[in-house]
Amino acid sequence: MDWTTETLAIAGSSMHVARAGSGPPLLVLQHDTGTPPGLPFYDALARDFTVLRPAHPGYDGSDRPSWMRNVRDVAVVYQTLLAQHAATRGRRDVSVVGLGFGGWIAAEMATMAPAALHRLVLVGAMGIKPERGEIADQALVSYIDYVRLGFADQAAYDRVFGAETPTAQLEQWDLNREMTFRIAWKPYMYNASLPHLLGGVATPTLIVWGRDDRVVPLECGERYAKALPQARLEVVEGAGHYVEMEQPESLVKLVRAFVTAV
Amino acid sequence: MHLMYFTEQPMSAYPEQAGRDFGATALMFSNKHFDPAAGSRLYNEYLEHYRLAESVGFDGIMLNEHHNAPFCMQAKCNVFASILAATTKRVKIVLLGNPLPLADNPVRLAEELSMIDMVSGGRLVSGFVRGGGQEQLATGVNPAYNRERFEEAHALIVKAWTQPGPFRWEGAHYQHRVVNPWAVPLQKPHPRVWIPGVLSKETIIWAAQQRYPYIALSTEIEATKKIWQLYDQVAAEQGYAGGPEYRGYLQRCHIAETEEKAQANARQFMWMQGEFTGLAHPVWSSPSGYFSPAMRKAFVEYAVGRRSNPRGAEFEDQLRNGQILAGTPKTVIPRIRKLLEETRPSIMGFWASDGFVSAQDTRTCIRLLGEEVLPAVREIGKELGLWSPFEANAPTSRAFPDPARPAGQMAVAGAGV
Repeated sequence: MDWTTETLAIAGSSMHVARAGSGPPLLVLQHDTGTPPGLPFYDALARDFTVLRPAHPGYDGSDRPSWMRNVRDVAVVYQTLLAQHAATRGRRDVSVVGLGFGGWIAAEMATMAPAALHRLVLVGAMGIKPERGEIADQALVSYIDYVRLGFADQAAYDRVFGAETPTAQLEQWDLNREMTFRIAWKPYMYNASLPHLLGGVATPTLIVWGRDDRVVPLECGERYAKALPQARLEVVEGAGHYVEMEQPESLVKLVRAFVTAV
Repeated sequence: MHLMYFTEQPMSAYPEQAGRDFGATALMFSNKHFDPAAGSRLYNEYLEHYRLAESVGFDGIMLNEHHNAPFCMQAKCNVFASILAATTKRVKIVLLGNPLPLADNPVRLAEELSMIDMVSGGRLVSGFVRGGGQEQLATGVNPAYNRERFEEAHALIVKAWTQPGPFRWEGAHYQHRVVNPWAVPLQKPHPRVWIPGVLSKETIIWAAQQRYPYIALSTEIEATKKIWQLYDQVAAEQGYAGGPEYRGYLQRCHIAETEEKAQANARQFMWMQGEFTGLAHPVWSSPSGYFSPAMRKAFVEYAVGRRSNPRGAEFEDQLRNGQILAGTPKTVIPRIRKLLEETRPSIMGFWASDGFVSAQDTRTCIRLLGEEVLPAVREIGKELGLWSPFEANAPTSRAFPDPARPAGQMAVAGAGV
């Protein structure tokens, strides 16, 4: 699959957006830890969709906007991107897949324009405060341990990042973590207003959760499903927080079926 | 010279094995191990040691604070500063210092410091620090804005000290409708500010830009020289000459009646591995956004165990390179001379004991420092021209060139009740 990377200036800072495929536009929003550049999950999506995969402002090589203070700011940046980009401008069939932290951003986007998106897929999304458990605090664990916590099977981590993860990846994780602190330090990884605002979202939504997600408790998926008027929850076996890395085929199937359904 | 007494105020009375088993006592080691009866005894012993330090001739008492950690039981240096303001008569009360980024209300700090300055009769030196990495976590303050908060809180405090209120403050990190504290410092233009540090170039540069003395915290001698090189270079850019009155050094220095005893007790500086971070968990001591971007690779490798602490060295190395001095006055004084000759500080803190050193041995150490070491150091200081900011009448800062001194003689005469 051929990926091209565009550099766009939004709200005064430059952002890298990877693009591939053809078909209806699909915005894929990444984790707080960013992403390795090539994943089978992305390639598979690009067979059916025009995939836009931005590196969040301040993550994975995109400029850090020093003014940015919260996750809703990021959501506004992506609403701006959808309004400006040739692949999405004026279209009614734009869908969003949000992975983890990207799921929180996607949910915020949906509350800002409750009927604008075609379909929404939230995978292990942060953003809602669990009532019983807790969202894992990366501030207390190393870069490696935090990402490993997101895998049900440690061999899957080794396949994606290497058993001895290169220092360059750790440095990138540190930069990403710093940006996460800048915009999501307190309250950590949720927005208390979000559950109240989700009730107005008209976009049909699929909530996907890895059965063994130790970063964001499954309970949060249940709360998303309850708060969103048109949502259902699918639990994927044999996956933790990084469903797209551990069970890419299952996730692709779910996304494809849900987004393309008439 | 300005010679200060310092202790970390270790909370050493807890089951040592529990600490070793847990492995990283700064931040997450449970406070169920904190014994308040021992705490009460230790706080009062430390107060007694401070008063002894004044009576044997120290010029200043240096205080600091840390959070969630047995290596330092002083959680708020302004509390001890307040006590000392009322219970000592002559010594400067040198706070090194209040961790500004941890404050959500810097105006309150400005008030507290003003009160301490007034109660003490103008003896406050108000240092400011960024706070350790784990301190940000202990207090829930965002490490990514640590330096921004430091600089903004400093600007707000200095304004509250020097400009009549009421005024409004709309900053990036602090917003105050009305700044108008009814407590202002006795010293004018404002109490002296000294900036301690150990590693970050940014802090050295910032201190030199403000024309504040920088206090190197137990750095290795060659590293200390590099600090002064950088400070002097920035000073020159600012249009003044750096020199002894801008240089401070905190020296770990344990004195005993015999070499053997001094060496044995000095090992206690390595208690909690002797560093500011205690038995630091590398992730907690270097949260993302806290350290210099230039050091990112080093800290990232340290955080995952691929490199040793960029801040640390072994006990024997530190004894050899002089970061720790231990001995009798006779053997230690020549080593202090070497330090003074090579790095030329005018402000010196003596971090006299640590860990499980007994109260009796600490008192002996303080007495020997006062009776034998300090007079010798003063003579060396005179010989080398190491005049302290007070002796040199150095400017308070770049923004306020007048030397700080108490307003009104009546206040001074009534001080130290």
